[in-house]
Amino acid sequence: MKPEPNDVILHTVSKLTAVIIFTFSIDLFWAGHHFPGGGFIGGLTTAAGIVLLYLSFDIERIQTNLPIDYKKLAALGVLISVSTGLAGMIYGDNFLEQTFGYFDLPLFGKTELATAVLFDIGVALAVIGTAVTIITSISEDGL
Amino acid sequence: MSLLHFIILLPFFAAIIIPYIYKKFNAKIHTGWFVVVIPLVILIHLALQIPNISTGDTILLSMPWIPSLGINFDIYVDGLALLFGLIISGIGTLVVFYSIFYMDKKREELHNFYVYLLLFMGAMLGLVVSDNVFVLYTLWELTSVSSFLLIAYWYERKKSRAGALKAMIITVFGGLAMLAGLILLTMITDTYSLREMFANVTLITESSLFIPAMVLILIGAFTKSAQYPFSIWLPDAMEAPTPISAYLHSATMVKAGIYLVARMTPIFGGNAAWFWMVGGIGVITLIYGSVRAVRQTDLKALLAFSTISQLGLIMSLLGVGSAALYFDIGDAQEIYAFAIFAALFHLFNHSTFKGALFMVVGIIDHETGTRDIRRLGGLMSIMPLTFTIALIGSLSMAGLPPFNGFLSKEMFFTGMLSASEISFFTLEELTILFPIIAWVASVFTFIYCLILLVRPFFGTFKPDKLPKEKIHEAPVGMLIPPAILGALVVLIFFFPNLLANYILKPALISVIPGMTMETVPFKITAWHGFQTELWMTIGVIVLGSILFVAIKKWNIAFRVYPDKLSLNYLYSNGIENLEQGSASFTNRYMTGSIRHYLLYIFVFIVLILGTALIVFDAITFDFSNNAYVTVYDIGILAAMVAATFTVLFTKNRITAIVALGAVGYLMVMLFVIFRAPDLAMTQMVVETATTVLFLLCFYHLPKLEKKIEKMKFKVTNLVVSLAVGVTMTVLTLVATGHQLFTPITTFFENAYELAGAKNIVNAILVDFRGFDTMLEIAVLLIAGIGVYTLVKLQHKGSDSDEAGTK
Repeated sequence: MKPEPNDVILHTVSKLTAVIIFTFSIDLFWAGHHFPGGGFIGGLTTAAGIVLLYLSFDIERIQTNLPIDYKKLAALGVLISVSTGLAGMIYGDNFLEQTFGYFDLPLFGKTELATAVLFDIGVALAVIGTAVTIITSISEDGL
Repeated sequence: MSLLHFIILLPFFAAIIIPYIYKKFNAKIHTGWFVVVIPLVILIHLALQIPNISTGDTILLSMPWIPSLGINFDIYVDGLALLFGLIISGIGTLVVFYSIFYMDKKREELHNFYVYLLLFMGAMLGLVVSDNVFVLYTLWELTSVSSFLLIAYWYERKKSRAGALKAMIITVFGGLAMLAGLILLTMITDTYSLREMFANVTLITESSLFIPAMVLILIGAFTKSAQYPFSIWLPDAMEAPTPISAYLHSATMVKAGIYLVARMTPIFGGNAAWFWMVGGIGVITLIYGSVRAVRQTDLKALLAFSTISQLGLIMSLLGVGSAALYFDIGDAQEIYAFAIFAALFHLFNHSTFKGALFMVVGIIDHETGTRDIRRLGGLMSIMPLTFTIALIGSLSMAGLPPFNGFLSKEMFFTGMLSASEISFFTLEELTILFPIIAWVASVFTFIYCLILLVRPFFGTFKPDKLPKEKIHEAPVGMLIPPAILGALVVLIFFFPNLLANYILKPALISVIPGMTMETVPFKITAWHGFQTELWMTIGVIVLGSILFVAIKKWNIAFRVYPDKLSLNYLYSNGIENLEQGSASFTNRYMTGSIRHYLLYIFVFIVLILGTALIVFDAITFDFSNNAYVTVYDIGILAAMVAATFTVLFTKNRITAIVALGAVGYLMVMLFVIFRAPDLAMTQMVVETATTVLFLLCFYHLPKLEKKIEKMKFKVTNLVVSLAVGVTMTVLTLVATGHQLFTPITTFFENAYELAGAKNIVNAILVDFRGFDTMLEIAVLLIAGIGVYTLVKLQHKGSDSDEAGTK
């Protein structure tokens, strides 16, 4: 067994950075409707944050604290996207027909809610799941 | 979907749920008990249609399948379809019942067995009732596939796999030929419906594609029905479990070719080429099969060759009978139509006696553990019931009274004798060969029927030569199905016209369109005086018996025939050479070196794009609409070029990776300058992820070494890379100057009104082109799973290998 490397700085910085990256990625995701951003970019940024955690700590520790099966996450993402497409068909629209509306919500005021966001969540999850799956399986291969 | 559609598709539905039933109940109840209900329901439902169909009516039901291509699952039930449907469901019921006792519920993988069996049953039923030629073709191939699966059911045996592959290669080859023939027919008549083709027969007969279409379709029929020289797959198919041999390889699937020939007779019949091909190949197969059968020592192989021979018999009758289409309604037509009538009758009879015989052989195999006639003997007193059924079956096949085979054999002679009187086709002096070959083949048929009966059941019992001890009669369940068939064999002899009036005549009028139920004059009688046919039968019995007694004296003659001339030798040699040839050809370019593969890709890019540019005379430049080039652009481009050259010339791999990343990030800056923030962000994130991936892979890669490459290699690479660069640059410059299609940007301008989104790019991604995005993330997921399985399973595989070697 190798001696534990002393990487306090790396740990501390990446802990802090990870929070910022995750927050930023959520912001990117939400911004997508009206400003640059969206599911793909948001998802990939989140994946980058997760990979940063993996790099600075080790895979086992992250897995115990963040017990997510990324393969299933990716599958879930595709499932969500496909089912939002199917949901439109229930109301007699075409497959993947998106809709939106403006609602008055407490605290938020007049808010736009769009089904496209649901679809985008699916995209984001698929991207996160696939990216992390690929990166972890290749890196584990070397261990 | 009508009730009949549901009934026809019932086996497919059942195939889906059988594995679950197997899982839940098989410990207590044999899965076969659930399966046997399916063919029984179908049989009853089809039997209820008999009163309707026997008046000359037909049923036509349509169900859209791929309406955009005009392909519908149209069910057309006439007499011919009903005859086959009854055989398929009837023999199917008996075979499944038989398999309950034949297949051990603990040792066998019954869920596989019954799923394949049901798959076949559904495909075969659908095949005979389908009116659409493409549905017919699809199901035709599905029967080949399910036959493949069933032959290879005991897949751990090498012979099973080889037999399955052989059957598959030959029948699918024929199926593809048939598809080509069917496509020709649809091109001539401009319809996919068989009925509409029948309505436009003159269109087909006058077409120049008449003969090609005929030959192609016949190749399909001949391969499926194991006609000479395609017959070699059938004996090897006997590696399947015996219920399967009884079902697919004697009663139903091999008769699909017969069905096709009968079905196509209204189109092609009355033509000399059709007459000679169907009739000629038929009699050749007849004599080939019967002579080869005499030589066999394995009971199932004997039955296989006998099936080939009997299929040839039916085929030759259909060939001779097709002459009826040459005439208008009248006496002359009746003479030849009688041959078709005989073919349909023998088809039914063959299913009964051959089914019974296969089940008998299955019983012998099951109880004694061997099918080798050199080890068997004296089973008559041990298995009296089995013997009785074998007696009925083999004497019927030999053509003796009081069994149904006698009736159809006499009718067969009648048909062959009428063939010798044909004077209106080419080569009429050869037609005399039909009755002669038929008679000689019947002698051999008689001999192998005696071998089948005498060798296992008479003589001395040799218990020490048998693998199993305490030989006894089979369980009742295994005896019931062949006993039912045996009873049918006898009953049909005494009441043949019941079968003829209700089932055979409706089938006949669908083969010969000019006839109606009222005008079919035929009646089957056992006794019609001392005519030529009866003398022929007596001759067969006398000569056959003499030759059987003296068999040891003359069957040495078989050994003279060299193996190198046999069809099997040709086949296996051909396959071997084909495999070796294609392997050496493929290995020449599939070198396993990624450099070579990239070279191919790039060369083809240059060839295709370059040729297109030159052929379409597209190299014209128009820069009038281009924006000004700013100093930023030039600076970034210069940096990119510098980074690229760093990648090429660095000796350190990590420098190469960083430089490659630099190219990507500089691209991000370009996007920013051109005010495409979405692209810039995406490019940046992707670039980051790629760099991380590269660094991970970097861990595994060997040290970068500058090998001294050959000059030739370097020059080739230089030429190819320059060519790619020049082609792509020219293409890009040309593309900006041309606008072939109206731009779709206007469509996206109202994104806020249509999608409620101010960000057009995202509106395109999730809404306007949402389908693309959905498929893209699906592809992404598949790629992820692919990487995961490649990396992880490779590890597991090597682990188990190591465990195996330890």
